[in-house]
Amino acid sequence: MYKGRFTRLITGLIAGSALALTAGTGQAQGVLRIGMTASDIPLTTGQPDNGGEGQRFLGYTVYDALINWDLSSSTKPSGLAPGLATAWKVDDKEHKHWTFTLRKGVKFHDGSEFTAEAVVWNLDKLLKKDAPQFDSKQAAQGSSRIPAVATYKVIDPYTVEISTKEPDAFLPFQMAWIPMSSPAQWEKLGKSWEAFAKTPSGTGPWKLISWTPRERAEMVPNKEYWDKARVPKLDKLVLIPLPEANTRVAALRSGQVDWIEAPPPDAVASLKAAKFQIVTNAYPHNWVWHLSRVEGSPFNDIRVRRAANLAVDRNGLNQLLGGLSIPATGFVPPGSAWFGKPTEHKFDLASARKLMAEAGYTKAKPLTIKVLIPSSGSGMMQPLPMNEFVQQNLNEAGFKVEFEVLEWNALISAWRAGAKDPLSRGAVALNYSYFIQDPFTAFTRHVQSDLTSPKGTNWGYYKEPAMDALLLKAKTTFESDAQLKVLQEIHEKFVNDALFLDITHDVNPRAMSPKVHGFVQAKNWFQDFSPIFVK
Amino acid sequence: MLLYLLRRVLYVIPIALAVSAVCFSLVFLAPGDPLSAVIPPDATAELITKLKADYGFDQPVPVQFGRWIGRALHGDLGTSIATGRPVNAEIARAIVNTFMLAMCACGIGFFFGLLFGIVAGYFHGRWLDKLMTSIAVTGVSVPHYWLGMVLVIVFSVLLDWLPAMGAGESGSEAWIWDWDHIKYLVLPAVTLSFIPMGIVTRTVRAIVAEILNQEFVQALYAKGLTATGVFRHVVKNAAPTTLAVMGIQLGYLLGGSILVETVFAWPGTGFLLNTAIFQRDLPLLQGTILFLALFFVLLNLIVDVAQGLFDPRIKR
Repeated sequence: MYKGRFTRLITGLIAGSALALTAGTGQAQGVLRIGMTASDIPLTTGQPDNGGEGQRFLGYTVYDALINWDLSSSTKPSGLAPGLATAWKVDDKEHKHWTFTLRKGVKFHDGSEFTAEAVVWNLDKLLKKDAPQFDSKQAAQGSSRIPAVATYKVIDPYTVEISTKEPDAFLPFQMAWIPMSSPAQWEKLGKSWEAFAKTPSGTGPWKLISWTPRERAEMVPNKEYWDKARVPKLDKLVLIPLPEANTRVAALRSGQVDWIEAPPPDAVASLKAAKFQIVTNAYPHNWVWHLSRVEGSPFNDIRVRRAANLAVDRNGLNQLLGGLSIPATGFVPPGSAWFGKPTEHKFDLASARKLMAEAGYTKAKPLTIKVLIPSSGSGMMQPLPMNEFVQQNLNEAGFKVEFEVLEWNALISAWRAGAKDPLSRGAVALNYSYFIQDPFTAFTRHVQSDLTSPKGTNWGYYKEPAMDALLLKAKTTFESDAQLKVLQEIHEKFVNDALFLDITHDVNPRAMSPKVHGFVQAKNWFQDFSPIFVK
Repeated sequence: MLLYLLRRVLYVIPIALAVSAVCFSLVFLAPGDPLSAVIPPDATAELITKLKADYGFDQPVPVQFGRWIGRALHGDLGTSIATGRPVNAEIARAIVNTFMLAMCACGIGFFFGLLFGIVAGYFHGRWLDKLMTSIAVTGVSVPHYWLGMVLVIVFSVLLDWLPAMGAGESGSEAWIWDWDHIKYLVLPAVTLSFIPMGIVTRTVRAIVAEILNQEFVQALYAKGLTATGVFRHVVKNAAPTTLAVMGIQLGYLLGGSILVETVFAWPGTGFLLNTAIFQRDLPLLQGTILFLALFFVLLNLIVDVAQGLFDPRIKR
């Protein structure tokens, strides 16, 4: 009997070790087919289009940036991590000259070596119009991501210096947007970006082996990837553009794909019942009403702003969304490194009514406000029922909310033009969902006083010297812990001053077959496909 | 005949010009920026003004139209803003897929449409006529996209017999006519065939019933012609109208169905148009609409000529 147990123990141990070994050595395990929401394969040349989804599937898969995002954890906030640069630091005197120490021994997929020359070549690709490799398509995507960059030069084969126009501690976040394409491959293909798009070459964990526009792209693991822990386990990764939500669900349910992005909320319950996995997590996204601060706007009164934030029943809204949201307690999602300690938003109708009464408005004599909302749109979740819910809440507190529903692109145009522009039709608030991944996109662009249209997208013309001073301090604080403290202070001011009507955060839902294992959904717009296997 | 043909061809020129002007200007009525396809969503108004100048979108619309039509006359429909690929190549790739789908849908739709129509016409007023008419009415009334989704739920999700979307395991470029690929075509083709089936049934039924009531048919029977002989005469008399209707239906299907192709992610012209609309990809949108509109004009021309061949009265 003991002998039997012993044999079983040994057999179990051997089997277990074999399994662990298989996983550990990254032995190829299956094909993963993903249904994307994009209608085309994002640009493959290095600087992808299609926004966050493009960067997720065709940016950090085939390519690396000097600085990547740490996508290894689903619980802690996702920060920057060394990519093709192992270290970076700014000079002590002017705080304008950044030295990037490059990773040695990294090879592009075509076998050529990654060096400082390649970094300069890639920056020229986006910024230097007379460079032979300048590509207007990639420049349209990439140049606006690195506004701080002034000049750059090779110091030695593994050191590059990037200088900024003014001291700018956000440069590392900007550099994370710039994937590095292979100069040698471009040369080999007759200096043609069109040819390069067909057979691209980066340094990333995946090699793109074939793709058909609007239909599919196939990637295989780069076995020589420099970060051995991130060599993909799958045999193949297949991307299929499926812009229609119901088609994605049908493709998943019929087994044509193993994973879909953004299943429609009303399909989630039935997918769960059919044993599909629904994976969600917080990520840097918010769904807000951007408030106008132009002269005459009622939101110049802090009591009205606070009342609005107290009047919204965010948990009720979460129920409406089938639990697929995170009720806002601030401008950034709870748990964000920048959250700090503001007075968190809560639902308190009585206090909201009291504040409105102090400002001179009641349910009988309400404050009429006009709000621009979209009929649909990227990241906007379900704008019509959600806005109607918020409208009911605010009307209870002494507002009379009137909507003007715009087509998504028309709303973007109004947002860019600013609250004073006729395109904004005299509205005092605008419903928008924000990508808030780095300090500039999260805070600066919305509230820095000189970033009103056409220079930037401070739609509401918010202007406050104290905020400008804080933003400048964050931008010029180069020590990361100290910078974090300033960013927290900024967020506290956002929330305490009720600068926005903070409503909710999306949870980036994905539905996948029970055969998909190993996925860790980072709190990020981007994700790592390396640890995934299918069985 | 030659004069008739020449007259018809000459009519095409003003029609084509008018169509291109409408195609070009229509897309400017849509809200939003023509550059939304390429700019990151958080780009500033300043950057967009600069890019507009780079792409020539800062010019007055008539100037832009002049340039566009000049290039189009040379067979160049420009480059897609979103993908940077030539519009001609994009359309060429899509049109092949739409053509395949349309021909299959027409094959199914016309076969059943003619069959049901003739049966209903011959059995006018009887229960068989009522059955065929109900099928036809259902065919023209059921929304395409709804039918597509129902077919997917039944045949892909529940029964797992046919794929729900796409044009083959390795994409449409690797298409071959074997069951592994044809099975991708079945559901979209059946979905798309319902409307032509319904319309052809109704048309044929009405004409056949009308012809059978005419005196010459009685005369043919009186002369002692067999039912088959009379049927041949009925077909010949019904052909011009039926052909015209089938031609128009074929045109509609070759134009690509945005709804059906989107539901099945079938990479044809409908899917292409849908993408172009959502990305505000003006050159792609204008090029595709123009190509399809001209194609439709051409198809009408062919139908007119074919009708003339069948019915000499039309040429006069």
